[in-house]
Amino acid sequence: MSRRRTTVYWTGFCVILALLIMAPLVLPEFWRRFLTEILIWGLLAMSSDILIGYTGMVSFGHSAFFGLGIYGAAAALLSVSPPSLLLALLSGLVAAAAAAAFVAYFSTRLRDIYFAITTLIFSQIFYVIIFTWTEVTGGENGLTFSRPPLAIPGLFSLRFAPNTLHWFVLAVVVLSYLLLRRITQSPFGMVLQSIRENEARTRAVGYPVERYKMVAVMLSGLFAGLAGVLYALQNQFAAPDFVFFLVSGEVVIFNVIGGIGTLVGPIVGAAFFLLLREGLSRFFTEYYLIFVGLIFIAMVIFLPQGLLGFARRWLNH
Amino acid sequence: MEIAFDQLLIQTINGVVTGMILALVASGLTLIFGIMDVVNFAHGELFMLGAYVGVLILAATGDFWLALAAATLAIALLGAVIYLTTLRPLLGRDPLYTILATFGVSLVLQNYALWQFGPVARKIEEPFTGQFTLFYLAYPWYRIVIALLSAAIIGALWLFLKFGTWGVWIRATTQDRVMAQAMGIPVPWVLTGVFAIGAGMAAASGVLFGPLVGVNHAMGVDWVLKAFIVVVVGGMGNLAGSIAAAIFISLLEAYASLWVSPAQAVIVSFVVLILTLLFRPTGLFVATPK
Repeated sequence: MSRRRTTVYWTGFCVILALLIMAPLVLPEFWRRFLTEILIWGLLAMSSDILIGYTGMVSFGHSAFFGLGIYGAAAALLSVSPPSLLLALLSGLVAAAAAAAFVAYFSTRLRDIYFAITTLIFSQIFYVIIFTWTEVTGGENGLTFSRPPLAIPGLFSLRFAPNTLHWFVLAVVVLSYLLLRRITQSPFGMVLQSIRENEARTRAVGYPVERYKMVAVMLSGLFAGLAGVLYALQNQFAAPDFVFFLVSGEVVIFNVIGGIGTLVGPIVGAAFFLLLREGLSRFFTEYYLIFVGLIFIAMVIFLPQGLLGFARRWLNH
Repeated sequence: MEIAFDQLLIQTINGVVTGMILALVASGLTLIFGIMDVVNFAHGELFMLGAYVGVLILAATGDFWLALAAATLAIALLGAVIYLTTLRPLLGRDPLYTILATFGVSLVLQNYALWQFGPVARKIEEPFTGQFTLFYLAYPWYRIVIALLSAAIIGALWLFLKFGTWGVWIRATTQDRVMAQAMGIPVPWVLTGVFAIGAGMAAASGVLFGPLVGVNHAMGVDWVLKAFIVVVVGGMGNLAGSIAAAIFISLLEAYASLWVSPAQAVIVSFVVLILTLLFRPTGLFVATPK
């Protein structure tokens, strides 16, 4: 890769990062919240891109990891007092990782469509458990909790103001992006991409394909759980709706709209989708999903590469 | 808790009845998958729209059987339109794109139904209200008729695939699409026809099932998930396997609901699915390839 492209890439990265840092200072409250939400959904979509874009496995079960991240954080925030950010993070990640390990063990034995259906059904298992286990999860009503302070024990403690929350989310998302980008370019990431390109040959070369897939699912689930924790911090409630498979469907939509295999594409897809939803719902109240569906179908047929698909090679260098 | 014999028998009958309807939904799904490599996410929505068309025709004419036939035809036509507009352009692409496209279709159809018919559930009147005594229960004949009718429709489908000209074409297309085309079989129309048949079967089961529960815009979601489980457990694209799996899973869920709430009984079918994937990944009723 030429030096010029590297420069352009990092300049673009810094400009966008700077814009995102400045945004809450100029945006009104509603749009600041909206932007934070885009970042969180973007992280969720990005985590799923590891599977869809880099390993070639479409997961329809990301709502489970996301939801367990939310409920894990909720459990820590409700049971430990005073609420601790670090514990919430830890507990959300552990819950999501445990779910991901469970799902990965079973689902990676299957390929293509079977993988998609299996992950979908696994996410429904978690949904049914959360929905019916009313004593612990609050059932249909969900759980509400308060936000912990932004604190590192022994160093400092700060109440979350709207702006600090945005910056915190931004920091987590950007670090996750850089980390995931590094992972996809590592030898491990290369093996994942070779599984996507030709699974049989990858196996023939001697890589334990199943093990790589399992790690990929767990990695993806872990970052989805991280998105869940952020969502819990932002909205301060957990509801079974977030575990329902329609959320997984939306995550796949974000990926396809934005462009799979680009990591930033899914964030752009999330932004596009949420803006579209916001815009359409002002005109068509609750029936906006008809138009979202139509636009999505049109994009699948006419623009399978997604909005950022043209820049895929460049973004991965 | 002691479970009495009569309760078991009632649940057995209930399980077989829901199993037959589920088999009707799942056989359309597995037909579409087996022949076209299309995972039809919108199948539950076709089921739901079929029930709604049934509601409308029933309100207009008062004839249940006319409503059943009209809904089947209307949704079969809709299925053909959906196939021609969204799935045919995806021919030759990764089958995963068909999941995405049909997911989009299901969003559109479900929200269209919400917009058109509102969130309040509608009711389909049973065509006849006779009952017979089953221990302490008055069991409606209608449920037995549903099971028999579903069996008849599936049987007709089997005969059609075995002996009908189109049926032979469909089977030929499943085996080798290119060769079938070379032999002069109009493959594009066969594929459209298969999608229409699958859609019509979903609609028929929707109308049949309508009287047991209310008809609302979200009813398809539960069914499509169950049908997916059935199709995987029975072996993708395997018609007989899906039917056996549908009855098997419905029976298990019916027995499980003796102990736990119906919402939790669903977990039983999830467990069956996990065990199937672990030990018989090609389906419970298919010989595992050596």
